[in-house]
Amino acid sequence: MAQQLTYPNENVISIRGLKKYFGENKVLDGFDLDLGKKENLVVLGRSGSGKSVLIKCIIGLLAPDSGQIEVFGKDILSLDHQALDEMRIRIGFLFQSNALYDSMTVRENLEFPMRRHSIDLNEEDARQRIEEVLDNVGLSHTIDMMPSELSGGMMKRIALARTMILKPDIILYDEPTAGLDPVTGKEIITLIMDIRQKYNTAAIIISHDMKCVKATADKIILLQNGKNYKEGNYASFIGSDDPYVQQFFE
Amino acid sequence: MQLPKSSKQFFSEAGAISRFTAWFFHEAFRPRYEWKEFGRQCYEIGYKSLPLIALTGFIMGLVLTMQLRPSMLEYGVEAKLPDIVSLSVVREIGPVITALIFAGKVGSGIGAELGSMKVTEQIDAMEVSGTNPYKYLVVTRVAATTLMLPVLVVLSDAISLYGGYLGVNIKAVTSWDLYITQVYNTLQFSDVLPAIIKTFLFGFAVGMVGCYKGYHSKKGTEGVGRSANSAVVLSSVIIFIIDLIVVQVTDIFGFN
Repeated sequence: MAQQLTYPNENVISIRGLKKYFGENKVLDGFDLDLGKKENLVVLGRSGSGKSVLIKCIIGLLAPDSGQIEVFGKDILSLDHQALDEMRIRIGFLFQSNALYDSMTVRENLEFPMRRHSIDLNEEDARQRIEEVLDNVGLSHTIDMMPSELSGGMMKRIALARTMILKPDIILYDEPTAGLDPVTGKEIITLIMDIRQKYNTAAIIISHDMKCVKATADKIILLQNGKNYKEGNYASFIGSDDPYVQQFFE
Repeated sequence: MQLPKSSKQFFSEAGAISRFTAWFFHEAFRPRYEWKEFGRQCYEIGYKSLPLIALTGFIMGLVLTMQLRPSMLEYGVEAKLPDIVSLSVVREIGPVITALIFAGKVGSGIGAELGSMKVTEQIDAMEVSGTNPYKYLVVTRVAATTLMLPVLVVLSDAISLYGGYLGVNIKAVTSWDLYITQVYNTLQFSDVLPAIIKTFLFGFAVGMVGCYKGYHSKKGTEGVGRSANSAVVLSSVIIFIIDLIVVQVTDIFGFN
């Protein structure tokens, strides 16, 4: 039976000793993490170091080999399917690839998760919610467009709007600025900060983009060989003498 | 004794498909029901397959009649041509050929669509939003293929019989009334019922295999192509296996 972990009360996510192996490849090998309320935590690491695997374990897309993941004090790994789905409503996930449903319009993309959960919302409330999130990302005019008609930056913003439609308490961002030009990347960073300001969300942000790290991070964890290599705030990373750390901030 | 790798793969795949199928029965009869998506799939799978099924059905009936005529003539039983054509079409050729064409069009389409959704993380996106992608994507498609194939087979049979009528009239003159009366007199309930029942099974197999292959697609766009291809191959093989089993079972119950 899983041991009940105790963490500081303010933590919305607590991870201890997380291990995930793919054959001989030890992607996560005893990783620990604490995410506080309204906190933005950036996870840094080289490509293939297990950053995306980490957030997929948190949301339950991948099952870890061992370790404990607590979200709002509940052990994710011991939840049944229904309880996990209910938990997922409180966790937004922004995919690196956006993962918009390409056979649906923007409106249908936004309606899809909402219709399946917010059954108490009437038509008017649902419409208002969609308008609100589209307004937040500045793309109200795209409501009847198909994803194929949108640019990369617009798709990212619509994906962000879809992530926000259920008003989650935590958002997991998988490389939110990857593949975007600097201007669009900056817009996405601004949106991430606006969302935190407006909805008081906590977030784990996977990113290699140092502008994004600098703008968003309250705390940074550097991953190496599946373990926590260094933790601290942006200033402590910038001021670090460690050559491995410096490689990321040059 | 250790099983060869190919045998292990075969049993592993068979086990995985069985679990995937069992999951269908687990999800299909529990709310929430995706009626809107089910209706859309019936339209996409059924209505949009109609022209292809109608064309192949017509040609099938026409060609079958033209091919049979010389042999029938040789044995002096040309007058029995409508009987033989109707029995062949309704009992075997109609359901099997239509199911194979259906597998080629619909099975590959489902495999490619779900495969594409898998590799672009759209299925994961449904999962993380707390919705049930299996119910939305698989249950609706499998239910649609199961219900639409029998309808398409009945239409295809009817069009085939009309093709047969034209085939009979190429080198002889037979009235429609005479032709259709002969067809009705030949066909028994025991000919039609097993043929219809097996089309439900064919439809279920095509939908399930297409969804399974798409849902477990890997390795990017190459994997999508492979999923579509293997969905057609596997569902075609399963159609013949189901046909063999149904014929044996109906034989036991005296329907043949």
